[in-house]
Amino acid sequence: MTASAPPDPRTPVIELRGLDKSFGPVQVLHDVAFSAHSGEVTALVGDNGAGKSTLVKCVGGIHPIDAGEYLFDGVPVQVNSPRDAAALGVEIVYQDLALCDNLDIVQNMFLGREKRNGLILDEYTMEELAAKTLAGLSVRTVKSVRQQVSSLSGGQRQTVAIAKAVLWNSKVVILDEPTAALGVAQTQQVLELVRRLADRGLAVVLISHNMNDVFAVSDRIAALYLGRMAAQVRTCDVTHAQVVELITSGRSGDLGLAGTNGNGNGART
Amino acid sequence: MSVTAHKQKPDAGPGGTLPSLAGGYLTKVKGGDMGALPAVTALVVLCIFFWVAQPSFMTQGNFANLLTQGGAGIVIAMGLVFVLLLGEIDLSAGFTSGVCAAVLAVTLTRQGWPWYAAVGIALVVGLVIGLALGLIVVRIGIPSFVVTLAAFLALQGVALKIMDNGTNISIHDKTVLAIANDNVPILLGWGLCAVAVLGYAAVLLLRYRNRAARGLAVESPAVVGLKIAGLALLLGAAVLVLSMERSYNPALHSLKGVPIVVPLIAVLLVLWTFVLTRTTFGRHVYAVGGSQEAARRAGIDVDRIRITAFVLCSAMAAIGGLIAASRANSVDPNTGGSDVLLKAVGAAVIGGTSLFGGRGRMLDAVLGGMVIAVIDNGMGLMGYSAGTKFIVTGLVLLLAAGVDALSRKRALPGR
Repeated sequence: MTASAPPDPRTPVIELRGLDKSFGPVQVLHDVAFSAHSGEVTALVGDNGAGKSTLVKCVGGIHPIDAGEYLFDGVPVQVNSPRDAAALGVEIVYQDLALCDNLDIVQNMFLGREKRNGLILDEYTMEELAAKTLAGLSVRTVKSVRQQVSSLSGGQRQTVAIAKAVLWNSKVVILDEPTAALGVAQTQQVLELVRRLADRGLAVVLISHNMNDVFAVSDRIAALYLGRMAAQVRTCDVTHAQVVELITSGRSGDLGLAGTNGNGNGART
Repeated sequence: MSVTAHKQKPDAGPGGTLPSLAGGYLTKVKGGDMGALPAVTALVVLCIFFWVAQPSFMTQGNFANLLTQGGAGIVIAMGLVFVLLLGEIDLSAGFTSGVCAAVLAVTLTRQGWPWYAAVGIALVVGLVIGLALGLIVVRIGIPSFVVTLAAFLALQGVALKIMDNGTNISIHDKTVLAIANDNVPILLGWGLCAVAVLGYAAVLLLRYRNRAARGLAVESPAVVGLKIAGLALLLGAAVLVLSMERSYNPALHSLKGVPIVVPLIAVLLVLWTFVLTRTTFGRHVYAVGGSQEAARRAGIDVDRIRITAFVLCSAMAAIGGLIAASRANSVDPNTGGSDVLLKAVGAAVIGGTSLFGGRGRMLDAVLGGMVIAVIDNGMGLMGYSAGTKFIVTGLVLLLAAGVDALSRKRALPGR
C-alpha cells in the first residue's frame, strides 16, 4: 500500500510494519509502515485526526499495538509500556511538555530518575550532567540550570524538555509539535536544536503542521492520511505542494495511496 | 530562627554575591515564590507593635510562654505542609490530634500504661487515620476536602466516645507533662544551640567545598558567613533570653532554660526539611504538587506519594496532640477542636506554603505558627477578647492567602 522509501543501506533504528490500531470500533491506524534512521530528522506530517499522535504513542509504548511488527535496530521487540520504550532508548517530548513549573531545570531533567548517593540526592552530579547536556546541545539561552521552569520562556521550556529526552543516551527522540506555541526567533532556536540532535547521530521524529519547519530541518517526510501512510519520501525529492497534496488527499501524482481520492473510507478520530 | 536557605538559590551571575542574592530573590518573587519574607516581616512588625503597646510582651517569661503556646499548632502545621504541597488539604488534622491525645490520656490513666507505650499507641492511631484518609482520597477519588471534612466530624465523635462523652482526663505522667512544661538544663540548651549552628555551618561549608571542587556556581564566602553568623546570632539570643530566670519567686521555684518543646520542634524541622529537600521522596512530593501529569509521565508512583503525605500529616498531628495534652495537663473533647486546625492551616499559608500545591517549606510552618502565636499572645496581653483575636487572625490568614493567590496569578501568565 505504501510507496516504498528510497532504498537505504542502513537498517532503520525504528521500523514499524503493518501496524494496526483501533480504539473500540474506530480503527485509527491501518497497515502503517514507518521507519526512522539515526542521524536523520524524519518529519511526520498529516492533517488533524490522521493518526500522528496515535502512531507516536504506539512507538512510545503508551498504546499497545493491535497488529504489526515493531523492529528496533532490525530486531523485533515488544513495547508494552513507556518503560519498555525508555529502556530501548526511545524518548517522547510531548506537546504539553510534561515539565513541573515549580521545579528547576536540573530537577525536571532528572525527574523520576534522580541520581542518588545512598539516601541523599546527588545534586552535584545531576547539576553537572544537566549543564553538560545543555552545553553539548549548544544551548546558550538558559542562564542557570537552577532556574525554576516557571521563569522560562516557551522556547527555553521546549529546550529543557528536549534536553531531558537526550540526557538518557536515547537513540530516538520524538518531538510532538515542538514549535507550535513559539515565536519566530524561538522556533528558529528549537529547529536548530532539532538539527543538532540528528547531527549527533540520534534518530529524530518531528511531528509538525508547519511546512516551513518540515522543509527546514527534515531529511525524510512521512505523510499520514486518514490513518494510512500515504508516503515516506526523502525531503529533497518532493516539493512543498506535493507534501500538501499528500496531507490533504493522500496522493500526489504517482506518490501516495492508490485510489483514495474522494474515497476516504479510513476512520477519522 | 533564621531563614535557612536550604534550597539552592538561583546562582545568577558569576558566584552568588550579596547583590545577586537580592536579585535571585526577585526572580523567585516573579516566579510566584515570595519565600519567607512576608512571614518574617509580619513577625518583626507584630513584635515591635506589641512591645510598644504592652511592654510585658517582651519579657523572658512571655517569650518562653509564646513558644510553648505555639508548639502544638506549629507541629500540626508542619504535617499539613506535606498535604498542602500536593495541593490537597487535611481538615481533620485538628481532631486527629485530639483523638490521639485522647488515646494517650486513656491509656496513661485508665489503662495505666507506661508513657512510651501510650505515646507509641497514640502515634500508631495517627498513622492509621492518615492511611485511611489517604486511601479514601487516592483510591476512591473523593476530593480531600470532602473526605477530611467528613473525618473532621467523625473524629470529633470518636474523641467524645473515647472520653466517655466528654469527661476531662488529667494527665499525671511526668514524662508527658515535661514536653510542654519543663525546660532543658541551661548547659544542655547552649550545647544544643552550638550543635545546631555547627551543623548548619558544616552543611553550608561542605556544599561550598563540593560545588567548588566540581566547578559549579557557588555562593560567595561572604554570603555563607553571613548565613551562619545570622543563625548563630538568632539562636544565641534566643537561648540567652530563655536562660534568664523567669520565675517571680526564684528562691521558691526556679524557672529557666529552653522549653523542651523547642528542641523537639527543631529536630522535626531539620528532619522534614532534609526529607523534603534532600531525598527522592521529597523531590517527588514537589513534582506531584507542581504537575501530577508530569510526575506520572516521569514514572513517579503518584498514588504512593499522595497516600504517604496524608500518613505523615496525621502522624505529625498525633505529635501535636501530645504537645497539646502536655501543655494543658489534661485532655478534653475540645483538645484539637475549635480553631486548632484553622490556625495550623493559617500558619502554613502565612509562612508561604501555597494552597495550590507545589510550593512551600517546613520552615514556613514554624514561621507562620510563630506569627499566629504572637497575635494570640500579644492580643491576649492587651486584654482583647477572644472575639477580636479570632477576627484579627482570620484577617491575617485572608491576607496571607491573598498574597499566595496574587503571587501565583502573577507567575502564571508569564509563559
